[in-house]
Order: sequence, then C-alpha cells, then structure tokens
Amino acid sequence: MAVEVILPKVDMDMSTGTISVWHVKDGDTVKKGQALFDIETDKAAMEIESPGEGIIRIGNAPVKAIIPIGTVVAMIYAAGEEAKAFSGAAAPAAPVSAPVAAPVPANAEVAPSSSSGGVRATPLARRLARQQGISLAAVAGSGPRGRIVSADLANAKAAKSATAPTPLAIGMDGDAVRALYTPGSYSITPLDGMRRTIAQRLVQSKQTVPHFYLTATCVIDQLLAVRERLNGHAPKLADKTPAWKLSVNDFVIKALALALQRVSAANVTFTDEGILQHTVSDVGVAVSVDGGLFTPVIRAAETKSLSQISMEMKALAAKARARKLQPADYQGGTTAVSNLGMFGVEQFNAIINPPHATILAVGAGIEGFVPVNKLPVLKTQMKVTLSCDHRAVDGAVGAELLAAFKTLIEDPALMLV
Amino acid sequence: MSEVRELSFSAAIQEALAQAMEADERVFLMGEDIGVYGGAFQVTGDLVHRFGEDRVRDTPIAELGGAGIAVGAAVAGARPVYEFQFSDFALLASEQIINQAAKMRFMLGGKVSVPVVFRMPCGSGTGAAAQHSQSLEAMFGHVPGLKVVEASTPEDAKGLLLAAIEDPDPVLVFEHKLLYKVKGHVPAEMYRTPIGKAVVRRPGKDATVVALGIMVSKSLEAAEILAGEGIDIEVIDLRSIRPIDTATIFESVKKTTRLACVYEGVKTLGIGAEISALVAESEAFDYLDAPILRLGGAESPIPYSPILEKAAVPQTDGIVAALRDLVKGRT
Repeated sequence: MAVEVILPKVDMDMSTGTISVWHVKDGDTVKKGQALFDIETDKAAMEIESPGEGIIRIGNAPVKAIIPIGTVVAMIYAAGEEAKAFSGAAAPAAPVSAPVAAPVPANAEVAPSSSSGGVRATPLARRLARQQGISLAAVAGSGPRGRIVSADLANAKAAKSATAPTPLAIGMDGDAVRALYTPGSYSITPLDGMRRTIAQRLVQSKQTVPHFYLTATCVIDQLLAVRERLNGHAPKLADKTPAWKLSVNDFVIKALALALQRVSAANVTFTDEGILQHTVSDVGVAVSVDGGLFTPVIRAAETKSLSQISMEMKALAAKARARKLQPADYQGGTTAVSNLGMFGVEQFNAIINPPHATILAVGAGIEGFVPVNKLPVLKTQMKVTLSCDHRAVDGAVGAELLAAFKTLIEDPALMLV
Repeated sequence: MSEVRELSFSAAIQEALAQAMEADERVFLMGEDIGVYGGAFQVTGDLVHRFGEDRVRDTPIAELGGAGIAVGAAVAGARPVYEFQFSDFALLASEQIINQAAKMRFMLGGKVSVPVVFRMPCGSGTGAAAQHSQSLEAMFGHVPGLKVVEASTPEDAKGLLLAAIEDPDPVLVFEHKLLYKVKGHVPAEMYRTPIGKAVVRRPGKDATVVALGIMVSKSLEAAEILAGEGIDIEVIDLRSIRPIDTATIFESVKKTTRLACVYEGVKTLGIGAEISALVAESEAFDYLDAPILRLGGAESPIPYSPILEKAAVPQTDGIVAALRDLVKGRT
C-alpha cells in the first residue's frame, strides 16, 4: 500500500513547518528509516526519516514554504504499485530566488492549506470547526500523523482568545513598504521559520512583558587572572589541545546561576495562574548563527564546574550553528545571558526571552582608571545590565540578584563554596 | 416484590426452560443427550424427570434431522427449543436454520411463522479446539429472518431465553460456555429481556465499548482498571446481534466521542465491522473524535494450545491497553 509522507509535528507548539532541503529526488528508491528531508521548525532543523520503503514521488517538492503540519508532502509506493506522480503538497508560498516575491503571509494562520484535503481531522473536530468558524488549516493536530482532534480546537480557541485583545502584527504590510522604494532597488528574503519566530517572540515579549533595567559595573581583574591560571593548568588531550579553554562567558553563566540560587525570588516564571518558583538555575545562552540566533540552555548550571559549562557550551553552540538543536536543548530556562562584549559593545539592554524572568546583557571588559584610596588604579571593568520582568521580579529583588552576581564575578573564588 | 436469588448462568437457563414448559404445553425440548444425561453442559439437568421424555426429547447425533424436526414442529404450532451440543454443529443444520426457518414467513406470504429456538453453546476457553470453540454469531446474524441474541449475565440468560421462546420467529440463543458457572442475581418469576435492546452496564464519559457475551465482563474488568487511571469507560452489553439496538450505541457514542467494539468472534467481517459501519453511516459519525477500534478474534481457527487459545481472543490486558491508547489519542 502506498505510504503517505507527512510533515510531522516535531515540536510542542508547532503548527507549521518548512522543508529546508530534500535528501532524495522524485522517483528515488528509498528505504525505511532513510533521511528524506530536513524540516525547519520554528526553532531548529531536524532530519525526517522515511516511514516506508519503495519509490518516492515528491512532485513539486515544497521547499522553504510554510506548510501546516500533517500535510502530505510525498508518497512512497511499494514494489509492484504504480508510482503515480504526486501533486498533493501545498505549493511554495514564495520562491526564494525571485527578486520580488509574492508577499509572505503575515502569519501562519493564513498559509494556504493543501488543496487535496491535506488536513487530517476527526469527524468531531470537523463538525466543531464548522460550527465555530475555525479554519482547520490553522490548527495544529496532536493526534497520530498530525490528526486534529476536538481538544486541539479547544486549545487553538484558547490561544486565539488569549491573544485576541492585542493582535501581534509583527511587521508592516509588504505592499505598503515596497511602495516607498524604487522597484528594483531591493531584493526580498522570505521570512524563514527562525526569523519569524524571533520576530513573533520578541514582539510578544516587548509588548506583554514590562521590562526594567539595572546596570552594574563589575571589576574583573581577579576573574581574568583566575581564568588565565585555570587555562594554563588545563591538561593536554591526546591531540595536544588543552582539555578546556574557559571563556569569560563561562564564568558569567556560573555566577548568574549561583546568584539565582542565592536570590531565589528571582528564579521564577510569571504565569496567569501563579508564579513558578524554580529550584534549579537553567541558564539560556544566546548563540548567534547565520541569519538569527538560538538560546540553548545549560541545565542546573549552579551544579556544574566551569570546565563542564565550557565544554557543554561549545557542544551546544556547534549544534546551534548546524541547526541541529533538539527541543530539549532550548526549551525552558529561567534566565539567559547575552554577551556582545566580543564586539566591543560597552553596554546594552536585552529583551527578555519568555518564559524567562530575567536576561543579563554583558558588555566588553574595558580597562580604565578607578579611584582606589584617592589614587587612580588601572582596572578592567565589565558593564552588565539585567532586564527584569516586573510582573514577577520587583526592583529590589532584581537589584539583589545583580549585587549577588557582582560579588561572585568579582571574586570568583566565592563560586567554589 | 420479586424474589431475587443467586443462580448460575446454566441454572437460570434451566429455570427458564422449566417455567416456559409449565406455562405453555406447546413448549418442548430437543437435543443430543439432553435427557437422562442432562445435556453436554448439564443445562437441562433433571428436566426429563420433571417433564417426561415426550417434552425432553433425546435426538440422534444428526443435527440436520433434529433441526428439521424442530422447524417442522414450530410450523405445526409447537414451540420447540433445540439444543446443539456445540454451536459449531449448527453448521450441519444450516439448511434448516438458514434456508428453511429464516425464509418461510417471507416465502409463504406471512401465513406461517416459525417460533423455534436454537440454543447455541459457543466460544473458546475450554480446550475443545477449533471445531468446538467458534463464535458464529455474525455468520448467523447475517441472515434476514433470524433473530440472534447472547446474554452476558444469568439474569439475561433467563430473560432472553423466555423472550426467544415466546417470539414468533426463529431465534438463535448463543451461550458462552465459560459463563455457565458464573453466578448472579436472577428473579424467580417469569420475565422477558427484550430482544433487540442493548443495555449500558457501566456509564462512562471517555469511550464507549460495545461488547458481547463474555467480553462484557472482560470489558467491565478493563474499565475498572482504567478507572484507576482516571479513564472513564462506558460499557454497553449488546445482547442482541440481530436486530441491533443502534439507538443505545449512537446515543453513547455521541456522549463519549470514541467507540471500541469487543467481541470473541473473528474480527474480520464480524460484529465490530457492522457496528463501526452503522455508526459511520449515522448522525453519530460527526461526534467521533478518534478512529473506531475493533477488538475481535484472531485470523485463525481457535488453537488447542491453551496459551495460543487465550491469545486468539481478546483478554482483559489487551482491552485495557487498547482502550488506553484510544482515549489518549494514540490510535
């Protein structure tokens, strides 16, 4: 029997996805478990394996288009079956190479649904959707193969009503903006899943999370000395490279994690039903990648040694750049670190990445004269700015957290106890 | 106030036969070894001593002939109850049951009715192997002109048999052999369990199970286990295969939004297929929030090996797992 290949749901709150690359061609013979294509979700890329064995028919393979999950994107025909040409998948929303593309839909809800009835839904879900005027194409199905069940409709409705009072327009109308510029003087890059997510989440954060900012200047000469000494003592591995190379950021992660343990009132998440008080310090770390950024999370960073944090960070950053992060790598977290010091930035304010309650924006270490006993002494200073979600973290609590961080980062020996 | 006592399933049947014979002299019993021996499963017991050999007649080992005599007696005005030792042997008599009894009312313009009852001991679990363990309800239920019923409790075993004996048409009363020793409350007076009416044995809100015969108690057991997990199963005892009580099923499915059919007969082309299709064709379709599930007998003759025999029909553990998946949206 022919096997349908569907765009699967690989992430919890995913309603659409994009195929970034196909590993097989139309008409290829595929084995069960063979990689068919990479799916780009809102947050990461993931390889999707073949659900069957036989000849695959892809048709006009939709690459870089936004497709509702559950859409049939290919058919696999077993030996002896007529491998009919496949034309069922949604057409690409916008060809990537075209200099002026059709306007990209402002949000996933208006993405075209498959004309071949690609939406799977139970009879009950269909009837309720009909009665309530909900488009099934806009609903993420939680059942096997993305089937929409009645509970998904209730969830979709709840999500809709939750956002209804403040609709999140994440951009200006494409036509109106283009009219301001001479035709041919620009090109358009369609929004990919990551860019769309960054836009949506940060608009949501800035519009719904009341931010306030606290800045402190940390003297990091001791830190730099310790770092040099520790790196000097790193044993050599078989290939002659040192076992670790601690960065300033590794110290920042550890210090922030420990500070959150000392000031647990800041280790929280705001929800409508109450404040989640976290017990461990899961620290997200912004990692810049081509075309965007990811925030993988170092779990329970307060329990980990600097070398552990350093090695974990390297692995996560490599995964992020390869777009191979799994949801378990980036979901959750209670705070985050964003470090632009390496670009020479002295100080900046970061936007909180929900569900976090805080984010620490870290600037460059800069040498300057500091008065010590009324005499100028040369010191290295690093400015850090803590953004706080005022719904959960009040000014005094934020200040306490920042003070605890400053104490730890200025005297790293304290992190040993 | 009616007296309520505990009786075994087989004693309840015997009481129904005795009360019917006392109340109506047209009623008589036929079958192999039902007299002095008391029946292959001791259901008729000592009835021969109470009612005499004219009304409790031993027949030769010739099911086609015996069934033919019963059909003829029914046409002539008697109310015969013919016992097959095993319902599997009713296949020998299918000419009389299917071609004669089921058709006469229609072919003779309604001038004749055939009020015959065939008692059909059925089902696996006794180590009697493939030719003595089948559940052929669906096969006979396929025939217009027949009525097919199966009780899951001693109370219904009596009530359905009395209703069958009084029914003007041929009725096949299936009796699962493993239920004969099961005890339950049985009112002492004569009463009838209506043919064509299912009953909700356990109300629930998460899924509907339509079960038949011994699968009713297994489904109830499964429902109790799942109740411990917060899953609330409604169990319907189908009782009548032909005619099917669609109203009770549809009403339940509209409430629970999920349906499973549990029956011992072979799954393929079975009772579950019929119930699934009836629901899919009905107004209840628009209430389904999951695919319909069938749990039936394996695609195999019933094996002699006790382990395989058990594996060939639905068991409580399997019902629990399947219903859990159904309610959790994993099907």
